[in-house]
Amino acid sequence: MNILEAVKAAFISLSLNKTRSFLTMLGVIIGVFAVISLVSLVKGVENFVTDQFNALGSNLILVAPGRTGFNQDPAVTFTNNKLRAKHIELIEKYAGNYIVGVTPSIRVGKTVKYKNKQFAATVSGVNEKAFQITDVSAETGRNFTEGEVSSKARVTVIGPQVSDELFGEIDPLGKKVTVEGIAFEVIGVLNKKGLNSDDRILVPYTSLDTYLGIDKFSGIATKAKDGQKIDIVMGQVELALLHDLKADEFDVLSQKDILSSVSNILGVLSAGLGAVAAISLVVGGIGIMNIMLVSVTERTKEIGLRKALGATPSNIAVQFLSEAVVISLMGGVIGISLGWLLTVGISSLIRAQIPGWALIISVGFSVGVGVLFGTYPAITAGKKDPIESLRYE
Amino acid sequence: MTKTILKATDICKIYDLGETKIHALKNVSLELFENDFLAIVGKSGSGKSTLMHILGLLDTPTSGELILKDKNVTKYTPNQLAHIRNEEIGFVFQFFNLLQRTSTLDNVILPLKYSHVPKNQWEDKAKKMLEIVDLGDRLQNKSNELSGGQKQRVAIARALVNDPAIIFADEPTGNLDSKTGDEIVALFKKLHSQGKTIIIVTHDDDLAKIAERKIVLRDGIIV
Repeated sequence: MNILEAVKAAFISLSLNKTRSFLTMLGVIIGVFAVISLVSLVKGVENFVTDQFNALGSNLILVAPGRTGFNQDPAVTFTNNKLRAKHIELIEKYAGNYIVGVTPSIRVGKTVKYKNKQFAATVSGVNEKAFQITDVSAETGRNFTEGEVSSKARVTVIGPQVSDELFGEIDPLGKKVTVEGIAFEVIGVLNKKGLNSDDRILVPYTSLDTYLGIDKFSGIATKAKDGQKIDIVMGQVELALLHDLKADEFDVLSQKDILSSVSNILGVLSAGLGAVAAISLVVGGIGIMNIMLVSVTERTKEIGLRKALGATPSNIAVQFLSEAVVISLMGGVIGISLGWLLTVGISSLIRAQIPGWALIISVGFSVGVGVLFGTYPAITAGKKDPIESLRYE
Repeated sequence: MTKTILKATDICKIYDLGETKIHALKNVSLELFENDFLAIVGKSGSGKSTLMHILGLLDTPTSGELILKDKNVTKYTPNQLAHIRNEEIGFVFQFFNLLQRTSTLDNVILPLKYSHVPKNQWEDKAKKMLEIVDLGDRLQNKSNELSGGQKQRVAIARALVNDPAIIFADEPTGNLDSKTGDEIVALFKKLHSQGKTIIIVTHDDDLAKIAERKIVLRDGIIV
C-alpha cells in the first residue's frame, strides 16, 4: 500500500466519523487560525504605521517631547512636554541650512461642525512649512501662508474626508467650520492620501494657541534637504534644542528610528501571541493523539483483518499516521482559510496581509503536529498481534 | 492430490501464562496438497484455531517446522510472513470481518492493496471474483446493506482475489442459517472442483463431511 492509497484510506476513514474528525481537528484549526490572524493583524498594524509615516514624506525628522522608549511613562512625557514655539526658531537658526523647513505639530481630536453637520476630526496645528515638509498640499483652494500664521488667521485647509462628511457636494471653499465655537474659513481641501491623514483639518498653530488655548506641541517636524545626511541633520537639530532644553526633555527621531521601534514592539507582541498559538497547537496535537489511540483500540479487529490479508506492521502504522497527518493538515488548511477570511474581512480597516512564510510555517506545523502526535498511536497499531486483534470484541 | 503445498512437522504451540503453560498443540504434523479439501475438526479448546493460525502464517509455532511451497517459512519475520499471507493464503472468517460501511468492491480490493498487483488491475480482478460468488450485481452495496450469506460470499471473493495457494475457512457457516449455510457449502465445493485448496476449520461434523478428508484434534493432538 503506497502513501497515496494510505492518504485516500485516511480520508475515507475520517469521513465515517465526520463529527469526531472535525472536533479532533478543532485544536489545530484554532491554533493555526490564531497564528495566521495574529501574523496578519500585526503585519496590518506594521503596514498601517509604515504607510502613515511614508505618507508624511521622506527625509522626515521628528522631535518628540521627553524620551521615547519602553520604560517611558507617556503621561509624564505629556505633562513634562516643554516643546514650544521658540524651539522652532532655535532649529531654524542653528540647523536652517540643512533643512527644508520646520513646523510644529499639534494634534488634538475635536468635533468640527458645519451648520447641523459634525465630524470628529484631528485638528492639526502647523505652520506654512508643513505643506512642504509632510508632502501635503491643497488640491483645491490654497495652503495658508506665513502671513496667515503670524497674523493668527482663522483659516483652515481641510482633509478630503472632512470635506465629504461636512459638505458633500457643496463647494467648501469660503465656508466656515467651527471648532469649539470658533469659526475657521475653509481656504483649501487637501489631496487624498488615504488612511487617517484624510480626516484632519490643518490650522495655523498660532490660531490654536490664541483661540483654543492649545500651546503644547505634540512634536516638531522637519525635513532634511539631503536624505544622505539625515544623521548630521539630526545632530544639528539636537544641538539647536540643547540651547534651551535638557537632553532628556526631547528626543530627535528619524522615520527609520520610529519604524524600527514600532517593529520591535510588534515583534515582541508577535512572539508572545505566537507562543499562545503554539500552546493551542500542542493541545490540538494531544487531542489528535488521544483520538487516534481511541481509534486504534476501536479498530483493533480491522487491524487484525488487514494483517491477515497481508498488511505489514509498517502498512498499518502508515495508515494510522496518515490519518493523524490528514486530520492535522486539514485543520491547518481550515485554520489558514479562516485566517484568510478574517484578513479579507478587515482589509477595509487595515491593510492586513498573510506573509508567505506564515503559510509555510502553518502548513509545516500542521504536518509536524500530525506526525509528532500520530506516531505513537501508529506504532501501537502496527505492533498489534494479528490473532489477538481478530479476536478482539 | 499430488504435490505438497504445505508441510507442517512436529508443530508445538505453548502459551506461556506466567505460572502456567498451556500446550495448545503437541507435535502436530500434517501435509496439505494441491486441490486438497481438508476439514480440521475439534471441540472448543482442542487447538484447531491455533493450528489454522499457524498453518495460515498468522502465528508462529513454539517449535516445529513449516514448509510452504518448498520454502522453510518457520523463521520468517513478521514482514515476510505478511507478504506470504497476502500472496499464498486466503482467509474466510465466521463473522465475515468485512470493512464497515465500505462497498463490496472495495472490500474485495483490500488484499490487492498490499500486493504487487498493479492498481489498474484491482477493479477488474475484484469484479471477476464477485461474479464467481454471484455478487456481480452488488458491487457498490455497502457491507451493512448485505445479508449474512452475501457478506460471507464477499469474504470468499476477498479470499480468492490474490489467487492464493490455500484458503482457510474458520467456521464459515457458523453465523448463517442452514439454507444460507448450504449455499456457502455449495460454493466451497464449486471452488474445490475448480482446483482450489480449501481447509475448513469447524466443530460441526456435518460441515466437515463436505471435505474429502478430515483430521480431528483433541487437546492439541491429532487423533
